Amino acid sequence: MTDKPKLAVWKFASCDGCQLSLLDCEDELLAVADHITIANFPEASRAVLDGPYDLSLVEGSITTPHDRDRIQEVRRQSKFLVTIGACATAGGIQALRNFTDVREFMDIVYASPEYISTLDTSTPISAHVNVDFELRGCPINKNQLLEVINAFLNERKPNVSPNSVCIECKKRGTVCIMVAHGTHCMGPVTQAGCGAICPAYNRGCYGCYGPMETPNTSSLAAWMHDLGVSADELRRMFRTYNSEAPEFRHEGDRHGRENI
Amino acid sequence: MANTGKAFIVSRGELQSLFDAVIARGFMPVGPIVRDGAIVYDELRHVQDLPEGWTEDQDAGTYRLKRRDDKALFGFNNGPHSWKQYLFPPRSKLWQGEKTEDGGFTVEEAEDTEKPFAFIGVRACDLHAIQVQDKVFMSDRHPDPLYAGRRGKALVIVVNCGQAATTCFCTSMNTGPRAQGGFDLALTEVLDGDDHYFVAEPGSTAGFSLLAEVPHTEADKDNVAAALECTARAEQQMGRKIDVSGVKELLYRNYDNERWDALEKRCLACGNCTMACPTCFCSKVEDVTDLTGDHAERWREWDSCFTMDFSYIHGGSVRPTTRSRYRQWLVHKLATWQDQFATSGCVGCGRCITWCPVGIDLTEEVRLIREREKD
Ligand code: SF4
Ligand code: SF4
Ligand code: SF4
Repeated sequence: MTDKPKLAVWKFASCDGCQLSLLDCEDELLAVADHITIANFPEASRAVLDGPYDLSLVEGSITTPHDRDRIQEVRRQSKFLVTIGACATAGGIQALRNFTDVREFMDIVYASPEYISTLDTSTPISAHVNVDFELRGCPINKNQLLEVINAFLNERKPNVSPNSVCIECKKRGTVCIMVAHGTHCMGPVTQAGCGAICPAYNRGCYGCYGPMETPNTSSLAAWMHDLGVSADELRRMFRTYNSEAPEFRHEGDRHGRENI
Repeated sequence: MANTGKAFIVSRGELQSLFDAVIARGFMPVGPIVRDGAIVYDELRHVQDLPEGWTEDQDAGTYRLKRRDDKALFGFNNGPHSWKQYLFPPRSKLWQGEKTEDGGFTVEEAEDTEKPFAFIGVRACDLHAIQVQDKVFMSDRHPDPLYAGRRGKALVIVVNCGQAATTCFCTSMNTGPRAQGGFDLALTEVLDGDDHYFVAEPGSTAGFSLLAEVPHTEADKDNVAAALECTARAEQQMGRKIDVSGVKELLYRNYDNERWDALEKRCLACGNCTMACPTCFCSKVEDVTDLTGDHAERWREWDSCFTMDFSYIHGGSVRPTTRSRYRQWLVHKLATWQDQFATSGCVGCGRCITWCPVGIDLTEEVRLIREREKD
């Protein structure tokens, strides 16, 4: 069959964790091997088929001049381009470099920094090319990934809710850890999708899925401050996997000291 | 006393036989237990499962479990859960469909496989909340099969409140603290020195026949007085109040009150209040397919007017600002609900106050809106 949709997976600066979520879908993907051609998926197979591709999943952020050019080519070859994970969507943990001088790090870490070709910043894919859909998470959720692939292949809107993590907590019956234990939690400003895992284990949400649709970060930060969270801690809470997401970046900047 | 005019005594020691009778009739008893630092609802088998000797401190945005100095079994007020999670579950499958070989498809309605529920420890405000949802889900024109099925089979055992939380305002809403009817059995827990018993009032034939299987005696004048004293104490302790006189008109007149701007700054639009509220009934429907497209399912899930998708129509969300979404919530609860269902949408349970992560308090907001209007 020649008209089977072609799926390609591309890696940029990332840990591969999101691709592993896709590998984790092997049972589901095997079931549709008759319907989809996996044209490029280095984590799974070395075979690479030429484009164009019906759906490209892009993992990772742009941190090198080479990648900056490569993403243009991926876009040219792809009918739909979907970013997967916090790196591709918000620059990832490596976007912490955006707050400091990358050259300084290079001098400390590498014996011969002159061989390193890197950009000063880690930026999301959307800063470089048009993106059709951004799937959040660090890492992404397997079921959401299947839903997105499914939706794009069937040309419908994915069922991915941009509302708060709180709604997932409440639906699973988790007792709010902020209200009942005084544990600080990023859930109210973070997008749902993970299934509200951390609060179910008495841990505050880390904000892996980035800002929810209308995040009121300053109100939450003020409340957490009253709960006893220090300004430096607040800064760190907003500067994790999604530090480059504008709302988190802005809130982090408002608290604590530089270079903590 | 109200209702049947008949009151009986079930001793603390005989309460288990009530549980046993409920279970023997094929019900799944659900009620309060302690879990994860709160009193939540879950399956109950034994009296020992109840939060004996526990209570809590509640205020806007905070809840802390604490020990009582007695062995009351129901010495607490509303927790994060409500009975809504059983009658109108957070997620339910409506139907599933399969493609057939001849190019058509089949549709199979989802079946409800739950046992009938026995709700143990329903408070007066929450009984009203159930009745409010009955109007939503069991209207003559569009009854909801899942809700109506479960509600029709459910057994309601009330436990009247002997105390009130600082977040409670059932007296303002005229919903408590004593249940006046609409239950199968109502209990009031009396602790009097070493005496520990329940004053039981059957409210239906099911309640009468259930009680017949539980060792009991007839209540005397003192027992009845002791029970009334319990709810009177709760009334005294009522921590909050709302002046509901003309509240509908007040809110309709105040679409531009400056208070909404303060809420724009403070409200997180997280939706916790609507999820915790025992009367909020909104849901969304999602269709899912598998990758082959041969199998499809339709699911219903709780939704909230605080999400952007909730009011999304072609071109964008009708309520793009948080102020407009908070206003929708408050105005619906206290005003438009009256036009829609001839009742208030708020029963004064206080959950939205306690479980708001930033402690927004609707009683305070209504007071301030009233005040600002005068200015
Ligand atoms: S609006 Fe608040 S106080 Fe009123 S019924 Fe709902 S949760 Fe309870
Ligand atoms: S307040 Fe909002 S979520 Fe609750 S019933 Fe009204 S519209 Fe629905
Ligand atoms: S009022 Fe409180 S619980 Fe409700 S959406 Fe706003 S912040 Fe969340």
